[in-house]
Amino acid sequence: MIEVENVSRVYNEGRPNEVRALNDVTLRIPDHAVTVLKGPSGSGKTTLLSLIGCLARPTSGRILLDGEIISALPEHFMAKMRRERFGFVFQRFHLIRGLSVVDNVMLPAYPAAPDYRELRERAMAALRRLRLEHRAGMKVELLSGGETQRVAIARALINDPEWVLADEPTANLDSALVEQLLEEIRMLKADGKSLVITTHDPRIIDSDVVDVVAEMRDGKITSVTEVER
Amino acid sequence: MFHWLARQRYLMDYTLAAMWRRKWRNLVLLVVFTLVVFLLASVSFFGSAVRFEAKRALKFAPEVMVQNLVLGRHALAPADWVDKLKGIRGTRNVRGRLWGYFYDQGNGANYTVMVADGSDPSLAVAPGEVIVGAGVARVREVEKLRNLLLLRPDGKLFKLRAKRILSDDSALLTHDLVLLSEADFREFFNLPRDAGFTDIALEVRNRREVATIANKISQRLPNARVVTREDILRTYENVFSWREGVLQAMLAASLAAFAIFAFDKASGLSAEERREIGILKALGWDTSDILAMKLWEGALLALFAFLIGAVAAYAHVFLFQAGVLAPVLKGWAVLYPQAPLTPQIDRLQLVTLAMLTIVPFIAATLVPVWKAAITDPEVVMR
Repeated sequence: MIEVENVSRVYNEGRPNEVRALNDVTLRIPDHAVTVLKGPSGSGKTTLLSLIGCLARPTSGRILLDGEIISALPEHFMAKMRRERFGFVFQRFHLIRGLSVVDNVMLPAYPAAPDYRELRERAMAALRRLRLEHRAGMKVELLSGGETQRVAIARALINDPEWVLADEPTANLDSALVEQLLEEIRMLKADGKSLVITTHDPRIIDSDVVDVVAEMRDGKITSVTEVER
Repeated sequence: MFHWLARQRYLMDYTLAAMWRRKWRNLVLLVVFTLVVFLLASVSFFGSAVRFEAKRALKFAPEVMVQNLVLGRHALAPADWVDKLKGIRGTRNVRGRLWGYFYDQGNGANYTVMVADGSDPSLAVAPGEVIVGAGVARVREVEKLRNLLLLRPDGKLFKLRAKRILSDDSALLTHDLVLLSEADFREFFNLPRDAGFTDIALEVRNRREVATIANKISQRLPNARVVTREDILRTYENVFSWREGVLQAMLAASLAAFAIFAFDKASGLSAEERREIGILKALGWDTSDILAMKLWEGALLALFAFLIGAVAAYAHVFLFQAGVLAPVLKGWAVLYPQAPLTPQIDRLQLVTLAMLTIVPFIAATLVPVWKAAITDPEVVMR
């Protein structure tokens, strides 16, 4: 479980352009569930996702993962946390242009330096599962939008993390691809992964795959709804 | 240890791919870096080789030379000076030397014409015979003709039978040399027997007494100029080091310009590169991984450029006789005529050069990357 306790995040603190992106947020995010952070643009959901995923530190408050404070770890351990416990699917996917699909998928595992054959096999298995095995050697800039997103998902799964964090995953997808994405979320959930997704897309929020919906506005959680099944 | 090596292999793998993706920028850096190393290494190699040649050449020079000065200019030394010098305590092997220059108008070359002093039997020359240096032999086709024909200053033809051609090994010393017997030398230059010698050479019994003996000679022969081997070596070093110093100062400026260029290139990290660093950090790469990757990138580029620059400089100096730098470094008279340089590298200078080029380059590229690498990876979310 992830516990967010009284977390605030202020950008440019003390300057004229100070922005309070999160204001005293408290939230519990359950394991093995799909949690959606819902809200309009500028409500603070992407900032909250960054803090949960150890991409930044809160200005105040703390975040715990399985009872351990992760928001105050030294940078080296934050990086280890990002590598081992979280998998990220970014809004703009952020694949490295000029590298092949399989090389992109393997990237998060490089610092851990596993056996190369074993790593490549893992990457190929992830691609196979996402029906991208035939694209393994292709440069990522040549892929379609849907394929790019699936490569990003494969990359997020390469280190077999417990948590998958996705930022606005449907922002660049048409309806058919949203259906495909929902199918992949179902698959991950069935595998026991815990997912946190930021979105304001009703096709995701209203889908049967979502367990918890936390609504945000102006840097605050306004409601938390556990979806009845 | 194994894990560390495996990690470095992954980082290097990624680095090579990244370098290939930015190949044009890296190529420009490589070319400029190689050029700087090439110029600095050329000066260094050339300096080492010339100093080595000079030391080798002067090893055979007499310890002290005494010249007669008339009106402040070098004139023939009277023959009776030999006995006067023999009379100074501590001197030995005092001998009058005959040597001069002959300008070969047909070939535009200057030869050093000398009388063999007889200390080396292999250089003994009988009347009518001549031993020539490799350069003279080549210009005058001595090997083919077996004779050396010279036009005396009075316009008469002077024919000598070639006894031997000296090898290229001692080129700096003998390239332009023509060795004759004393009789032929006097006849060639129309120099009477009582006219004296070009200069007088001598050895000193106790090497630590060279300065004292030189002082005694100056007192005994006030008209004489006394030149010691150490004086020549020092003058030579000074003249050459000055030239080398000026050139190295100019090249140091170019090195500084290069460091600024490298820093500018690196600090001007493109938005693409900053984004890439952010992505890698967000994916779990540590700051140290980013720095190691960039260290590999800088090291590979710098080492490759250094290697190419140093090998090119070696070829330039020792295979192509330093065609680009020789006119600046040598001056027209210092080593005239041309002599091939013996490959000679001062390892300390080479290591210093490596330190002065590779280290600043890596430092110049790492600092801006470090600044980018310590920023929060959250930037990729925006």
